[in-house]
Amino acid sequence: MQQIINFLIRNKSFLLFLLLFCLSLFFTIQSHSYHRSKFINSANFLTGGIYESVNNINQYFNLKEENQKLLEENNRLKSILFNEKNELKENFSLDSSLNNQFKLIAAQVYKNSYSATNNYLTINKGKRDSIEEDFGVITSKGIVGIIDNTSNKYARVLSILNSTSRVNAQLKNSDHFGSLRWNGVSPQIVQLIDIPKQAPIKVGDSVITGGLSTIFPKGIPIGSVESFKLDQTENYYNVEVSLFNDMTSIGHVYIIKNRDATEISKLNNLNE
Amino acid sequence: MNSVVTTNIVRFIVLVLVQSLVLNNINFLGHINPYIYILFIILFPVKNNRMLFIFLSFLLGLSVDLFLDSGGVHAAACVTIAYVRPLILKFSFGMIYEHQTIKFSSMEFGQRLSYFAIITLIHHLLLFSLEIFNTSKILLILTKTLFSGIFTILLCLLITVLFSSRRK
Repeated sequence: MQQIINFLIRNKSFLLFLLLFCLSLFFTIQSHSYHRSKFINSANFLTGGIYESVNNINQYFNLKEENQKLLEENNRLKSILFNEKNELKENFSLDSSLNNQFKLIAAQVYKNSYSATNNYLTINKGKRDSIEEDFGVITSKGIVGIIDNTSNKYARVLSILNSTSRVNAQLKNSDHFGSLRWNGVSPQIVQLIDIPKQAPIKVGDSVITGGLSTIFPKGIPIGSVESFKLDQTENYYNVEVSLFNDMTSIGHVYIIKNRDATEISKLNNLNE
Repeated sequence: MNSVVTTNIVRFIVLVLVQSLVLNNINFLGHINPYIYILFIILFPVKNNRMLFIFLSFLLGLSVDLFLDSGGVHAAACVTIAYVRPLILKFSFGMIYEHQTIKFSSMEFGQRLSYFAIITLIHHLLLFSLEIFNTSKILLILTKTLFSGIFTILLCLLITVLFSSRRK
């Protein structure tokens, strides 16, 4: 017993180091698996609050740009409204909010990152605005990510620029779908994999979200095909998609709430 | 003694805030950011309670992690350099470290550079390998370590020179 205690006292700094190192490794590994990083994230009141006050100042520098974006979107929505009869089949992105399945909530981005391999955004809506995990986040131009953690006032968004992110996506002019992921290199380019070889694909084709997940409604724009090649099995295409959204500058976003999500997932679970 | 404690508390808070609010938005050439918050560990008094020092470094890394949503990678890297710091001090400064009378501002430039460089490179290598967490991307890890490391070392040297000359 004496010897054990002596050993502990002699090596106490090494043991402390080992303990803390293992603890941080534990946090790290947790953050690499989807939906697990509960403790260490920026959607808590301290870091969220600091980001809020800094953002209050930063907002002024982007006022012009943000106004421009809102103006463009207004323009687009108005033209949809005025030409409703002619364009009803053409417009796809935001009019799905008109039927009641999806509800849009506007939010402001407090923190955005795009240089790491696992990127997250922090936004100013949280539990008290009835935001929950697995809600989709988009801008007027395209998709941004999925909410993966909420606190009372803030929420953290798993950006599509995250190596753990998987989004169901398809080509706009055919219904071949695949899954969208990111290889961690360029914030403009994401990868669409598992598109069947039979799909008619051309450089410049649009890629939109597929209706398979309960998170995003079908038809939200993602990007355009930059290049494509067959993978090793020669059965599927690996497609490089250049995003419509500039992920390096995001101000206002919309959160999509799918009212039927629980119902659909309940049905899906019955099948399994 | 008291002033040492307050300096270090202020340094801790200022470095974490500057790191997360300013320096992480630099993204020079796409993804190169300096990580100067390790100045806290570099400049921590040599005569110290080792347990406290390791624990403070852990807190430092964890608070940076909180801001950057990076899990525990900064905490792991910080704890490691805090633990191996005595070895690096001995290697860089030799005999003077034995007498525990180091004043960083009055050291020779070459010795200081080697001390800063070794700590920074260990920290960055660990940081990026944990962040990327993929052995097939080892080239990406090494390039990120090198470029961010150079950026960090330059900034750290500049900051220490600036702030020490004021005190003289």
